Amino acid sequence: MMHRLRKSSNWLIAYVGVFLLFLYAPALLLPLFAFNDSSVISFPLAGFTTQWFAAVLDNDPLHRAARNSLIVALSTAALSTTLGVFAARASTRYEFPAKRGMLGLVMVPMVLPEIIVGVSLLVVVVQLGLSLSLLLIILGHVLICTPFCTAILGAAFQGLDRSLEEASIDLGRTRFMTFVLITMPLVLPGIISSLLLSFTISLDEFIIAFFLTGTEATLPVYIWGQLRFPQRVPGLMALGTILLVVSLLLLVCAEYFRRRGARTMGRQEQGGFF
Amino acid sequence: MPWGRPRISPEAASGLVLISPTFIYALLLLATPIAAVVLLSFWTQDYLDLQRTLTLANYQKAWSEPIYQSLMLRSVKISLLVTVATVLIGFPIAYYIAFMVPPRHRPIWLFLITIPFWTSYLVRIFLWKVILGYGGVINGSLVGLGIIEEPLKFILYNQGAVVLTLSHAWLPFAILPIFVALNKIDRSLLEAAEDLGDGPVRRFLHITLPLAMPGIVAAAIIVFIPTIGDYVTPRLVGGPNGLMIANMIEVQFKKANNAPLGAALALSAMFVVTLISLLFLLAVRKYLRPNQ
Repeated sequence: MMHRLRKSSNWLIAYVGVFLLFLYAPALLLPLFAFNDSSVISFPLAGFTTQWFAAVLDNDPLHRAARNSLIVALSTAALSTTLGVFAARASTRYEFPAKRGMLGLVMVPMVLPEIIVGVSLLVVVVQLGLSLSLLLIILGHVLICTPFCTAILGAAFQGLDRSLEEASIDLGRTRFMTFVLITMPLVLPGIISSLLLSFTISLDEFIIAFFLTGTEATLPVYIWGQLRFPQRVPGLMALGTILLVVSLLLLVCAEYFRRRGARTMGRQEQGGFF
Repeated sequence: MPWGRPRISPEAASGLVLISPTFIYALLLLATPIAAVVLLSFWTQDYLDLQRTLTLANYQKAWSEPIYQSLMLRSVKISLLVTVATVLIGFPIAYYIAFMVPPRHRPIWLFLITIPFWTSYLVRIFLWKVILGYGGVINGSLVGLGIIEEPLKFILYNQGAVVLTLSHAWLPFAILPIFVALNKIDRSLLEAAEDLGDGPVRRFLHITLPLAMPGIVAAAIIVFIPTIGDYVTPRLVGGPNGLMIANMIEVQFKKANNAPLGAALALSAMFVVTLISLLFLLAVRKYLRPNQ
């Protein structure tokens, strides 16, 4: 019995190894081609170079796109986290009529093809005769990020000890001051991971952005345009490597704050972000 | 909460006030625009003019013309294959993390399976093209090892490549809900089954799998519905026979300048995936009830 179990777990471990190789295949190739001294993306590798990174540093349209993406991602993070705080607080603290329906509508974008969000906003803009802009992309991104923020913040508010707030109110603080001085610091880790997650989602979002881009491109829209030119692709590999490293650093930060939050609330460590 | 009361309690009022910004945002930027798409789908495009007479012409086209029919069928087929592939590939991984990895290492493992996804989505798809291509990683290795003489041409630019690339992209979204369901299973149930003489296979089929069903169902829905709306993967790795309905929707809204037809196609695709999802939920509903 024991012997058979160990044998089957060996199979499972072998499977996990193959799976990780499959999962990491593109991510492992990325730095390989980013440092490869050839303008053609194929094997065998030709030697080491940092010229593609230099090309990334010296490319004005790319910098402009990166700046646009930063504006979009920062605004999206701030707005969707704010909306998430409202929804999460309402859903964990209060009971009210039509609660499920209202929250349901807020969460819908989680299971909606992104193309539907892009198309529907485009239709409204065209019908109203407005012009496409970064603001529109922000509005679309807030829509798809808010469900994730609500879920993360919901977990943060859920773990809140309500007696702390009640004590503060009993001691004469207003509801608003209680929220600012007591509640906010306790859910701050949740807020930070919500900001970071929505920032990351927005930074890499292409499907909606492509529909709503006017004259100002975001980074993924810029990358899409460059993929048509083979000579530009090594530069994109370098850019992809930079993005991977930056996102990883951000996510490590997010995870750190989430855990600190779990500790502050004295909860058992469970699961990751999701 | 007392629903029947004529006046809303102060607590309910606070809740309503709090949720209103988020709810109104979703109402204005999600529900209203989708209503506009519905309306638009009943209009028609006459070159540069939009005819605002309500008609079913776009739906007739979307549902009867062979090109749209075959694109729709193919998209549903690809989405279903991706869903089945991600759940089948992901389940053992979720099982491994939930049952073999010690609890304090589980967050690291969950983190590990999401790392490859934090680089540009487009660059990632492009790299699959590099892996599967004529002079790509797979062909290069196979030729290098002397297994084949000529590079294989059939692994890129077809529906198989689309299924593979999309499955790769959606794996974490399948693994996480299944892991959450498996992680919740009371271990004493498994021990009890073993004490009562159940072998590993029986125990898995009678206890683990039914209890994991809510996670599997969530994974399937989370992967299936959004996959139908992807137009980037089919465009980059699908070749002419691997295009999906979302590519056609994109073309109608942009190059072909026939937004009403695009709207009808988008809503038809939404309708089809929602219907399939509801039928699926109906079929597995007995596993979703708590305390069965």
